[in-house]
Amino acid sequence: MSDTAAIPVPRPKEKEEAAKSPRGSSASDHPLVQLTVVRFLEFVREPEALFWVFVFPILLAAGLGIAFRNRPADVLSIATVTPQLANSLRQEKLLDVQELGASAAEEALRTGKVAMLAIPGSNGAIVYRYDDTNPEGRAARMLADRAIQRAAGRVDPVASSDILLREPGSRYIDFLIPGLLGMNLMGSAIWGIGFTIVDARRKRLMKRLIATPMPRHYFLLSFLLSRLLLLVVEIGVLLGFGALVFHVPVRGSLVDFGVLCTLGSLTFCALGLLLASRAKTIEAASGLMNFVMMPMWIASGVFFSAQRFPNILQPVIKALPLTAVIDALRAIMLQGANLARLAPQLGVLGAWLIVCFVLAMKLFRWR
Amino acid sequence: MPESPANSALRVHNLRKVYKDVVAVDGLQLEVRLGECFGLLGPNGAGKTTTVEICEGLIAPDSGEVEVLGMRWSSDAEQLRQRLGIQLQDTQLSEKLTVRETVRLFRSFYRQGPETSEVIALVQLEEKQKSRVGSLSGGQKQRLALACALVGDPDFLFLDEPTTGLDPQARRQLWDLIEQFKLAGRTILLTTHYMDEAERLCDRVAIMDHGKMIALGTPRELIASIVAEHMVEFSAGSATKALEVSALSNIEGIRDVRTENGNVRMQVTELHRAVPSLLDELARQGVSLTELRTHSATLEDVFVTLTGRHLRDE
Repeated sequence: MSDTAAIPVPRPKEKEEAAKSPRGSSASDHPLVQLTVVRFLEFVREPEALFWVFVFPILLAAGLGIAFRNRPADVLSIATVTPQLANSLRQEKLLDVQELGASAAEEALRTGKVAMLAIPGSNGAIVYRYDDTNPEGRAARMLADRAIQRAAGRVDPVASSDILLREPGSRYIDFLIPGLLGMNLMGSAIWGIGFTIVDARRKRLMKRLIATPMPRHYFLLSFLLSRLLLLVVEIGVLLGFGALVFHVPVRGSLVDFGVLCTLGSLTFCALGLLLASRAKTIEAASGLMNFVMMPMWIASGVFFSAQRFPNILQPVIKALPLTAVIDALRAIMLQGANLARLAPQLGVLGAWLIVCFVLAMKLFRWR
Repeated sequence: MPESPANSALRVHNLRKVYKDVVAVDGLQLEVRLGECFGLLGPNGAGKTTTVEICEGLIAPDSGEVEVLGMRWSSDAEQLRQRLGIQLQDTQLSEKLTVRETVRLFRSFYRQGPETSEVIALVQLEEKQKSRVGSLSGGQKQRLALACALVGDPDFLFLDEPTTGLDPQARRQLWDLIEQFKLAGRTILLTTHYMDEAERLCDRVAIMDHGKMIALGTPRELIASIVAEHMVEFSAGSATKALEVSALSNIEGIRDVRTENGNVRMQVTELHRAVPSLLDELARQGVSLTELRTHSATLEDVFVTLTGRHLRDE
C-alpha cells in the first residue's frame, strides 16, 4: 500500500482478503469510463437539454424550410366565354381557364376572381380585358396571347428553352442546415460543459471529487468524451432530417465532414471550459456564455450570409470560430470541398482550440 | 515539528490560515491518535471546517505543518488520497444519478475497497439503490455521502458536521453507523457543533473558538476539570425587589453564577445541599420562581463556561 514512512495501520478487525477487492478488472470500472458514463446519464436525464439539443434545431429547420420553400410558379386564373377560346387557352399550363357565361365572366373579373377575361371581338380578333396596373393581369395577357397565337399556327423565330433553379444545394434550406449544424455544435458544447462545471462547483461536488484520488484531468476529459459521443447523435439527427425531408446533400466525403465536426466541437468545448473556469453561479456563467455566443449567432452566417456585413468587419467575422465551422461545413456539404481546401478555417479552429484550452487550464478553479 | 509518537494519525503544528481580514485558524496544535474518534467542537466560524480541509489537503495553510498518517500533502498526496475517507460539509451529489451509480463512480477512483453493493448495504441504503439522489431524504443523503467516504476502505475518516440539519431519528441512525466504524478500528476526525454528538461518539474532544483550541480532553475529563458536576438554572417571576446575585454566590457549593435574559445559571457541586440553601435564600429575598431546572453538566456547559457564549449562537 505504501512504501514510504507511512504509518501502517493495525486494525482490530482484519480487513484483508474479503473486505478488499481490487478495483474490478472490467474496463467499465475505469474512472474515466465511469465519469463519462455519469456525464452521459446526467445529460439524457435532463429533458430540457434533450429538447434544446435534438428537437429544437429540427423544429427550426422545419419551420424555416417551409417558410422559405421555393413555390412552384403561380397559376393565373382567367375567364373566357366560348369553348374554342377555352381550348386554345388551356394549352398554356400556367393558366387556369374558366369558361363562363357573359355576365358571370364580367362578375368574376370585377371581383378579382380572375385576372383577365378573354372574349371574341369583331373579325375573329380577340379582346383582352384586364387591369394593366395589376402585374397578374399583364402576365395573364401575355401568356394568353402566346397560347392563342401558337394555337393559330404562329412559329417563334428564335427557339428558346428554360433551366429552372430548383436543384438541391442552392436553396435556402441547403444554406440553413449547415448553419444550424454549426450553431448546434457551439451551443451544445458551451452550454453542456459550462453549466455542468459551474453547477458542480456551486454544489461543491467538484471539491468532493478532488478529495478523492480521481486524476483531475479525467474529470475534464470526461466532458470531452461524452460530448463527442453525443455529437454523433446530434449531428446524425439534424443531418438525417435535412436529407430525408429536404434532400439536403452532403457532396464532400463523410470522413472530412466527421473530422470537421469533431474539431469544431472540441474547439467549442475548450471555449466552454474557459468560460466556466472561474464562475461560481449559474447566472454569472450564463451571462458570460451568452455574451460570447450572441455576436456569433448574428455575424457568423447561421441564418443569412456573413457577406452582408461591411467589408471592414469581414476579417474579424472570418476569425470567429463559428464562422470557420459554418463556412467549412457549407463548403463540404454544398460544394464537395475536401479538407485541404479548408486549411484557413481549420487553422482558425485549431488556434481557438489551443488558446482557449491553455487559458482554461491556467485559470481553472477547482473549488 | 516535535518528534512524533508512532501512534499518531494526524499531527498539526502551528497551523495558521487567514482569509482577507479574518483569522480562521490561529496557531493551532492538534494530535489525533490512531484508532480514536476525535471531535472538533466549536460554534460556527470557529475554524473547524478550515482546519479539517487543510488536513484533507483541500486548502493550503498560510503557515504551519500537517502530517497525516505519517505523510505530507506536499509529497504524498496521491497515496494519502487513497487512504482517506472524506465527507465534506454540504456537498450536493448529482441529483440525477441513482444511489448505486454514485457509489460506483466514487468506487472507481480507488485502487481497492469493498464492492459497491457492500458499501450500500453498510449504510443501509439497499432499498434505495435504484432511486435518484434527488429523491432521498436528508438522512439518506448523508448516509450516501458516508458511503462515498467509505468506498476506498479508508484508514482515516474525516466527517465534517455529518448530522447537521437532520431530525433526531436520522441523527441516531448515523451515530450507530459511525460507532460501527469506530469498532472496525478506523481513525475518525469529526467536527460538530452538537455537544451530545461529541459526548456520545468521541474518545477525545478539542474545543475550538476563534481559530484556537481552548480545551482538550475526553468529554468526561473536560466536564470534570472545568465545571462542577451539576448545573442549576432558574427564572424569577416579577420580583418585588431586584435579585441580589452576589448573595447566591456566597452559598456553599454554588459558583460561577451568571444572569442571562432574566435567566440565572450556576454551577453546583452537591445538589442535595445547594438546592435547599438556594431556595431558602430566594425565599428570604422574596423572589418567586417560575422555572427551576437542574441537569448534569455537559460539554455545552464547558463551552459556555469557557467563552460565555452558547455553541449554537452565531
